[in-house]
Amino acid sequence: MKLNRRSFIKSAAAGSAIAAAGSIFPGISFANWKEQQDPSGQITWKKAPCRFCGTGCGVLVGVSGDRAVAVKGDPNCSVNKGLCCVKGFHVVQALYGKDRLRTAQVRRGGKMVEVPISEALDIIAAKMKETIKQTGKDSVAMYGSGQWTIPDGYVASKLFKGCIGTNNVEANARLCMASAVTGFMTSFGIDEPMGCYEDIEHADVFVTWGNNMAEMHPVLFSRMLASRKRRKNVQIIDLATRSTRSSQASDRSILFKPNTDLAVANAICYEIIRNDWVDWDFVKKHTTFHKGKTNIGYGTEDHFKFKDAPEDISFEEYKEFLSDYTPEKVEKISGVSALEIKYLASLYGDPSKKCTSFWCMGMNQHVRGTWINNLVYNIHLLTGKISTPGNSPFSLTGQPSACGTVREVGTLTHKLPHGVVMKEEHRKMAAEIWDVPLANIDPKPTYHTVEMFRALDRGDIRFIWIQVTNPMITMPNLNRYRNGALKDDRFIVVSDVYPTPTTDVADVILPAAMWVEQEGMFGNSERRTQHFDRIVPGPGETMSDTWQIIEVARRLGYEKQFPWGEDEYIGKIWEEYRRFHDSPKHNMAPYTVLKKRSGVQWPFVDGKETRWRFNSKYDPACKPGSDFDFYGKKDGKAWIWARPYEPAAESPDEEYDFWLNTGRVIEHWHTGTMTRRVPVLHRAVPESYVEIHPEDAMNLGVTNGEMVKIISRRGEVTMKASINGRGNPPRGMVFVPFFDETYKINEVTLDAFCPISKQPDYKKCAVRLEKA
Amino acid sequence: MPILSYLVLPQDGAMDQLCSDLANMDYCEIIPADNQEVVVLVTDTPDEKVEKTLQETLKNLPSLQSFSMTYGHNAV
Ligand code: SF4
Repeated sequence: MKLNRRSFIKSAAAGSAIAAAGSIFPGISFANWKEQQDPSGQITWKKAPCRFCGTGCGVLVGVSGDRAVAVKGDPNCSVNKGLCCVKGFHVVQALYGKDRLRTAQVRRGGKMVEVPISEALDIIAAKMKETIKQTGKDSVAMYGSGQWTIPDGYVASKLFKGCIGTNNVEANARLCMASAVTGFMTSFGIDEPMGCYEDIEHADVFVTWGNNMAEMHPVLFSRMLASRKRRKNVQIIDLATRSTRSSQASDRSILFKPNTDLAVANAICYEIIRNDWVDWDFVKKHTTFHKGKTNIGYGTEDHFKFKDAPEDISFEEYKEFLSDYTPEKVEKISGVSALEIKYLASLYGDPSKKCTSFWCMGMNQHVRGTWINNLVYNIHLLTGKISTPGNSPFSLTGQPSACGTVREVGTLTHKLPHGVVMKEEHRKMAAEIWDVPLANIDPKPTYHTVEMFRALDRGDIRFIWIQVTNPMITMPNLNRYRNGALKDDRFIVVSDVYPTPTTDVADVILPAAMWVEQEGMFGNSERRTQHFDRIVPGPGETMSDTWQIIEVARRLGYEKQFPWGEDEYIGKIWEEYRRFHDSPKHNMAPYTVLKKRSGVQWPFVDGKETRWRFNSKYDPACKPGSDFDFYGKKDGKAWIWARPYEPAAESPDEEYDFWLNTGRVIEHWHTGTMTRRVPVLHRAVPESYVEIHPEDAMNLGVTNGEMVKIISRRGEVTMKASINGRGNPPRGMVFVPFFDETYKINEVTLDAFCPISKQPDYKKCAVRLEKA
Repeated sequence: MPILSYLVLPQDGAMDQLCSDLANMDYCEIIPADNQEVVVLVTDTPDEKVEKTLQETLKNLPSLQSFSMTYGHNAV
């Protein structure tokens, strides 16, 4: 019997791979394979998006009894066509760590004690009322996540912005994609990518800008490799500040000095114009030229304010601006040879090649994140390589619902589900749909994430509710913000699935349902909304984050705005939320459609998904008779920006002579709360380390595995050296993955941010090294 | 007792070598495509430690260009 079951599982495993191969390599045949039929019917399969990254792979979760036991890639999901990466495959094990939070806890006499969840919810509501009464509505805050489900974020926004009347709603996606949003808004007037993952099968050239896709978006990287294998003429160019697995698999790896991607992008545009590779028809019809303020600062001081002042310029003025960025000049700034810059320009400039640029944290976690987003769009706009299959400037997201929950629902201080709090028509729409008085919605944004934690430290915020995120690991310049959270008259509520350094500072901990223990939706990088059912029960008193918020809202007296029953609330919330996007530019699929399919892309118009936006062949929102229509801007034209190179907030000097760069590894998701509890992932990379160039290690007298102290002006961490490991930084740079809470590398990083997006730069600060 | 499946792509021109390398490895069963250079690999290992060692061996196989998972089951 056991043997039968095992051979059936093996047959199912082979079947999954064959189904995946069928979608990736059309016409492929495996004549020798014979499928075995399930002898027992023991495992049932249900669809869900993967819990982890913004790729948004569809998975099928195998359930036996009330336990999830297996995962296979969903061949019906066009994102991954049956593939999964190592995290996706192990995702169900993340549900079953021994120390899952099962009961609520409250701090009494300095100790956390278990209480029934209803009591904890009473305490939260009472504390919110008391804080609002004593220090005002803007002293209570919600800090959520790009891993919130869409309903989680929606009810948070409705409660805080609509009912309580404070714009103190932020989410950790501020730390991962705010620059992508401001990049889209400033270049196109509307958020989120114009293309879709199908671009991968059409493009001839891929340029990855500071984006280690082999580890961060591995399934998309596999699709790129498969496309290269199938079509032979495909090239992958990795443009980065350190060598990674992506560099190794690419056709060419080009390294630039930190922050100088700005100069490189401008030099590419310079070359495109100098060689007359400009698509003039496109540029004349569909673009305008602009410049903004320069020397815009870094936001390291409290209450930092910045407002850009865009000005129109002519093409000639833009060309003149670019004269500072000849390949030869930029070689000196960036370390990229003039020849390599010309080569990159020739790829983008060749009208016979379809070009896709991918980026993620390298460009977004950048003190000029908005600018570098603008500059890569410039390249695609000058060459007209945009909004057509294979021609795509593609900003990837890190988290599974940074797009769905944060960008689309608008869980940022200035945003509403449609539009921004500053605009009366948008507030009116929200007030009507939310059934709250218009005066409730404050027209003034309050704090972006870094400033929100500064306000907590200063005491301007006294109560904060943190859901599905771990800021006591992820905030840059962490010491300040942890000390702030620990101050006596601060009240911290944390909803999570496992204990973390953030639950350590909590006054109340709520045990949250995780992933498929609740119904919900995510929205991935390519405008795809992905619904999942409650597939297995959560342990103990766990409750979905959405329902936690609803319970508190009712205790605060907002029953009218949160009237739904527990068996129907997700569907009802979705249909209410959908009203905000009721136009051909953003229409979302109905609940019934989402439930059936492995993800649906918006705009969803007349029953059809939109693959490429702004192109009238594919996008029904375009003006009739137009070819391209960048309808986010009033005149339908995209903006080409003159944005200069400016250096990082902190660069190596005599005292602190190394760059510190931080990031992730494929095995671990963010701060490791879930993946470090999956034995096989934990064993694969059990602890963090510092990657260091062999010659720098030699000068320091450190060999592989020996301890190195990394010291900045803000803090220090001591950890093992990794020399010639999976990633190799150039001389003068070290790289540290941030997944391991034992080594809080963000005590070392700097809380400088892009003044436009307010997204911090985790990739650049100055440190010195000592042998420990 | 993990069972996993992968889609495996060979280096250019190394399909036969890849099939022979994989077929000779413990815990591995392969189903090569008949008309394209793609191999389905099913691994059935006694425990996660062996699984991890096997994955490391796969990563270092000269005939292999890339491999992507499609299925995972961990018998409990
Ligand atoms: S690539 Fe991302 S979404 Fe896909 S399986 Fe891996 S972690 Fe999950």
